[in-house]
Amino acid sequence: MAMLDIDNLHAKIEGEDGKEILKGLSLKVNPGEVHAIMGPNGSGKSTLSYILAGKEDYEVTEGSVTLDGEDLLEMAIDERAAKGVFLAFQYPIEVPGVATMTFLRSALNAQRKKRGEEEISTPDFLRLVKDKAAGLGISQDMLKRGVNVGFSGGEKKRAEILQMAVLEPKIAILDETDSGLDIDALKIVSEGVNALRSPERGMIVITHYQRLLNHIVPDFVHVMHKGRIVRSGGKELALELEANGYAEYQQDAA
Amino acid sequence: MNAEIRPMRTPAEQGLSGELKNLPLTGDARVRALREAAAQAFNDNGLPHRRVEEWKYTDLRTLMREALPISSPAQSAQVEAHARLLIDTGARRLVVANGALVPELSDLADLEPGLSIAPLGTALAAGGDLVARLGTLEPGRYDAALALNTALAADGVVIAVAAGAVIERPVHVAHVFSGKAAASFARNLVVLGEGAGLTYAESFEGPEGVAYQVNSATEFVVADEASLDVVRMQEDGASALHLSTLLFEVGKGVKLNAFGFASGAAVARTSLYARLDGADSAVAFNGAILLKDRQHADSTLFVDHRTTGCESRELFKHVLDDSSRGVFQGKIVVRQPAQKTDGRMMSRALLLGDDAEMDNKPELEIFADDVACGHGATCGAIDDDLLFYLRARGIPLKEAQSLLVQAFVGEAIETVANDELRDALVARAEAWLKARA
Ligand SMILES: Nc1ncnc2c1ncn2[C@@H]1O[C@H](COP(=O)(O)OP(=O)(O)OP(=O)(O)O)[C@@H](O)[C@H]1O
Ligand SMILES: [Mg+2]
Repeated sequence: MAMLDIDNLHAKIEGEDGKEILKGLSLKVNPGEVHAIMGPNGSGKSTLSYILAGKEDYEVTEGSVTLDGEDLLEMAIDERAAKGVFLAFQYPIEVPGVATMTFLRSALNAQRKKRGEEEISTPDFLRLVKDKAAGLGISQDMLKRGVNVGFSGGEKKRAEILQMAVLEPKIAILDETDSGLDIDALKIVSEGVNALRSPERGMIVITHYQRLLNHIVPDFVHVMHKGRIVRSGGKELALELEANGYAEYQQDAA
Repeated sequence: MNAEIRPMRTPAEQGLSGELKNLPLTGDARVRALREAAAQAFNDNGLPHRRVEEWKYTDLRTLMREALPISSPAQSAQVEAHARLLIDTGARRLVVANGALVPELSDLADLEPGLSIAPLGTALAAGGDLVARLGTLEPGRYDAALALNTALAADGVVIAVAAGAVIERPVHVAHVFSGKAAASFARNLVVLGEGAGLTYAESFEGPEGVAYQVNSATEFVVADEASLDVVRMQEDGASALHLSTLLFEVGKGVKLNAFGFASGAAVARTSLYARLDGADSAVAFNGAILLKDRQHADSTLFVDHRTTGCESRELFKHVLDDSSRGVFQGKIVVRQPAQKTDGRMMSRALLLGDDAEMDNKPELEIFADDVACGHGATCGAIDDDLLFYLRARGIPLKEAQSLLVQAFVGEAIETVANDELRDALVARAEAWLKARA
């Protein structure tokens, strides 16, 4: 059984006449695999990532999602995180007044507690964050500020990867982590992500640009269109998409 | 004035009028005249109700069901056990129990040069220039709580800082109520000479489940170039009625930074009157109010800019759980001579409970033409996107709410300059949140 198993997922916007966004999406991610999802704007990529993380604005009408055989959709948001789901947001939000260090520590300890593990000691925690932050070019000053407050677009993306590095999830979903990054930052972030690749961890990397996939080389590339995966292939599929765009799929759908 | 026919007097009004027949005897002829005038004003006007504009949201006539007998002195052993607030802040603590200063529990030794402290009762009996200031700060309108205080308060603390003296160690007046339900009145006077500096803290606490009544008034006379920080913590018992009045007279070039924290009392009303008489002063009146159950707290401010170049800032944060109710009324008046006034007032409320309610009434009255003034008010639930972000990282709902509420009130608490007092306020907010979780 796949670690993450999304089967025929249908979902709509919460509410009476909420529009259907996911229309029968299936995807299996095994430990150690990196899956890239590409697809036109509005095809439902972020919606998929939100539904996996547990955002309440959507309603699943059909299909299932399991993580290690457990029903993910039944779990509370924080429970999913404790089970190892991590979403790097397309638009990380600012949390004024909650220092990044406090936030990271609360998150890590809450997850540990839920898993029945001991809380991390203060020196261990400080060392952990310092090491990971240094690698991602995140300054101590940024860590003292409110979460993402006053961070540039690129800094916010780096901060998301720092959170991932500290929380060590089982399945990471990176939603356009490359957008807004300059060339150097793209390298730093990619290295950060690659450092987290492991035989135990699965990743879903959502992107619009083949360039990212030169740095984070995926095992599979999927094309998402109108709420479904319409094609899957190896990393060469990304090159093909880069050359031809999505015209082919637009026609199919028409 | 409306020639309105006064409604029937309530039992509370009748009871209070009865108390007003026996005014405290301390003080000279001026003070006695003040007391008599205040008693007369109360007898004429009674308790305010919702048709009185400044009490629109806090109908004291309905909320104050009965007048209680005036409290007798508390037993100092009991008081000592109950006085818990701000004890580890390093401040010089003066304990006022049931309205009277308790010398044996107060740190009156080794006063810094330039600092003088006396019980109001003693100071009134002795007379002199200092107590001649008592009662000279006027709200300019009938205020029932203040009138009762002026008429009935027999004790409290008089603090004076001589010109040029800067007192580093904060002075903390700890108001403690103990014993059976009764009414306690305390009056304080804080006078800062030219260029003086002081951090003045006051706290209020008492037993849970006893429907006692506290009426406190503090007058602050702040001379030119002086610097005053005020930190208040109102944690009266959950059945108490708390009424307090703060009056400020501010000279020129003054720095005044006042902060009020409150999560106590069943019904609380704090009225603040500030008169900016001197040019180029900077004043701030900020607050954080955390309420639950059916608590009701009203903060009403009146800031009067009478001369040029002053800056005033108000930032009030309310956190309202269950079916509690917060009230913020802030009025900034900028008189014609007060050109170059810079006034900003902001009230923000976070509603945690489905039945919680916030009433905001900010007002600007501007008669000068060259000013920069503004006000704003927001009221809403915790941002869902913020909550989702925290929860998506594994932080459970209640804890996520706590972190966000702390951040919310933290913005106001941060304005407190003294580290120990600020830490105590943060800890108090944390404890409130913990009790909720
Ligand atoms: N909460 C919502 N309310 C209304 N419409 C929504 C909501 N969330 C998503 N949608 C709509 O669903 C569709 C899919 O959006 P989604 O953000 O998932 O696309 P995407 O594939 O991530 O696009 P992009 O590449 O631009 O990031 C869009 O048409 C979007 O407007
Ligand atoms: Mg998207």
